[in-house]
Amino acid sequence: MAGPVQSIERAAAILRLLAQGSGRLSLGEVAASLGLAKGTAHGILRTLQSVDFVEQDKATGKYQLGAALLHLGTSYLDINELRSRSINWTDALAARSGEAVRLGVPLEGKVLIVHHVFRPDDTFQTLDVGSLLPLHASALGKILLAYGATPLEPLMETDLESYTRHTLDSPQRLSRALAEIRDTGWAFAAQEMMMGEADIAAPIRGQGGLVVGAVGISGAVDRLSDSKGRPHASLVGLTRDAARAISRDLGAGRW
Amino acid sequence: MVERYVMSIDQGTMSTRCILFDHQGRLVSVGQREHEQYFAKPGWAEHDPTEIWSHLRRAVVPRALEGAGIRPEQIAAIGIANQRETTVVWDRRTGVPVGHAITWQDTRTSGYVEELRRTTGDDFFLERCGLSPTTYFSAPRLRWLFDHVDGLRERAERGEVLFGTMESWLIWNLTGGPDGGLHLTDATNASRTMLMNIRSLSWDDELLAYFDVPRAMLPEIRSSAECYGMARALLPDVPICAALGDQQAALFGQTCFAPGEAKCTYGTGSFLLVNTGTELVRSRHGLLTTVGYKVGDEPPVYALEGPIAVTGSLVQWFRDRLGLIHSAPEIETLARGVEDNGGCYIVPAFSGLFAPHWRSDARGVIVGLTSYITKGHLARAVLEATGWQTREVVDSMNADSPRPLRQLKVDGGMTSNNLLMQFLADVLDMPVVRPMVSETVSLGAAYAAGLASGYWPDLEGLRRNWHRAAQWMPTMDPARRDAEYESWQRAVERSLGWARS
Ligand SMILES: Nc1ncnc2c1ncn2[C@@H]1O[C@H](COP(=O)(O)OP(=O)(O)OP(=O)(O)O)[C@@H](O)[C@H]1O
Ligand SMILES: [Mg+2]
Repeated sequence: MAGPVQSIERAAAILRLLAQGSGRLSLGEVAASLGLAKGTAHGILRTLQSVDFVEQDKATGKYQLGAALLHLGTSYLDINELRSRSINWTDALAARSGEAVRLGVPLEGKVLIVHHVFRPDDTFQTLDVGSLLPLHASALGKILLAYGATPLEPLMETDLESYTRHTLDSPQRLSRALAEIRDTGWAFAAQEMMMGEADIAAPIRGQGGLVVGAVGISGAVDRLSDSKGRPHASLVGLTRDAARAISRDLGAGRW
Repeated sequence: MVERYVMSIDQGTMSTRCILFDHQGRLVSVGQREHEQYFAKPGWAEHDPTEIWSHLRRAVVPRALEGAGIRPEQIAAIGIANQRETTVVWDRRTGVPVGHAITWQDTRTSGYVEELRRTTGDDFFLERCGLSPTTYFSAPRLRWLFDHVDGLRERAERGEVLFGTMESWLIWNLTGGPDGGLHLTDATNASRTMLMNIRSLSWDDELLAYFDVPRAMLPEIRSSAECYGMARALLPDVPICAALGDQQAALFGQTCFAPGEAKCTYGTGSFLLVNTGTELVRSRHGLLTTVGYKVGDEPPVYALEGPIAVTGSLVQWFRDRLGLIHSAPEIETLARGVEDNGGCYIVPAFSGLFAPHWRSDARGVIVGLTSYITKGHLARAVLEATGWQTREVVDSMNADSPRPLRQLKVDGGMTSNNLLMQFLADVLDMPVVRPMVSETVSLGAAYAAGLASGYWPDLEGLRRNWHRAAQWMPTMDPARRDAEYESWQRAVERSLGWARS
């Protein structure tokens, strides 16, 4: 096993230091307190600043704990910001796939739809932003479960509601499906919530690679999949491309 | 065969974007970079043209190419859309701008403009350029520069310095700058200078004489969609085939090609434009007559426009100056924390009020404050200000036009705000529709360039690319709508006459 990572230890020490006393320290004070070279301390502070764990006062240049630390544990990405940052890519996904696009985040054991783009056929459709989907019976939800965006345990302890005969209604089937999703990087749900309907989804990653939501297309099962019931590779590709483009805009780096 | 794309450059107030579109008009990649806003004195608003050109060259265009993984040879044509009226003057020999660009939001000319209106009256101008004098347009700014920069008028006379709006500046630089750069503008941009004759689409001798502007410094006025020449810097040998003011570009991008078709774009400010065909329509309700677009040798298509100066920039102010949110979209989260505005209204007359009031003596007010009001109510009032300002312009539009609007097509950054879009449908009492590309300014510039270069065959083909991405239906109780509108109008009254010049 590798030993502890020194820069993370130092980062933790800096955070502890800033959490003490008045909490506003200059670069020199931080470096001196911890016996670090100024350059080293500066590099760590800058990185902590980029993930909003530390803030620098514009006028005095002093450092203090950042707002993001207060919200650790709650979703750090505002859902309206997520929509705003995704909109170009979800539009393009709808235009390319010919299907409706939805973006989901976890909310109290469900998928909350935070963005919806109509199927581009100009038929009458209504926005369903704000509606909730079951986690285990939608591709969006399975992505959130597979990548730890929402805890799996509560689902494993209760009976999983069966919506159709295709719903993954046992913990074993669900766990197997989630493992497969982690392998392939995308999810498919065919008639698991409603007969005739299917969806394909992929993960949206924020800073550091953390999965913050899922984006997917949904539509008739015969349009989304072939005669063997497998989703069309081209649609899977388009969905994953859109998810990657959004993740890149959110600062996920190499995803 | 290698896939080809059309490139649009959208030089906006806050940022410059470069977007690549494919044959179906779908967005392929984006490069974007914000530039510095200079507010040196109250009422002043400037940009550094050198910074904007350098961002375009170093970051914005390279990022878009990289995002699509393509080379410049794969670009069929470039179209440019730009913030309008913003005035740049630069040295023809060195390419160095004379000071900063003075932007459309800048009100330093308000004293001069008032004097014009008092001494000469509106009709002289209306007849020639379709506009009444306001601080919004370019010519008063050019005059201001002549009056404040030593020897500038003489240098302009000798043809040593050039004038342009942002598209002229960028095209000149893209086509070689001091080394043979093309100095041109298009009819939509020229229609916002107060120097172009709105019928002949050429520089108007009487207006030039009035503002004392030498012809030698003016760009050639061309069509909005025609190939002007090849880029040399940055994108060698790619033809530049379109230039339009950003709002006209959005009209084009929304495919409002028939008389009566309208759109409203929600960015820094908001701009409602309705196509009036080849007919010049005069507003009796505070709207502007402007060139909508001119495609090749075809006759120009005109538009009626209701500009609103401050909408998205109010959200920006709420974020940056008050610090109540971290990002613009967060305002929706904050606003949803309360049921209603709690009786609070914000009239964002930061630089006076544009359409339909045209009051440069108005300043911003927040009314209805009580100890009950929270930041959530303020967030609501910020968003509602955009809704009500649109309502005022739509009312004027409907009063002027024989064809009342039945739905509103919207685009721009604020359209990702669902609460605002629902409020808009509610106060307008009509469906609000967002198309599948919300970067419609960029799409319109691409469409015009693609049309001129033969990448797309005709307008009808472009129309078929338009699809509905979202729609909001009105649900507000009519009595409540009327009462709220009345409160808004009372708030507006309180903003008037605050500034004393
Ligand atoms: N979700 C949102 N809710 C409210 N306002 C928003 C939201 N997202 C963006 N804005 C506002 O919209 C504006 C950005 O929109 P957009 O990108 O269309 O403008 P822009 O093109 O940069 O403007 P310009 O062309 O003048 O530079 C900003 O003023 C911002 O405050
Ligand atoms: Mg813009």
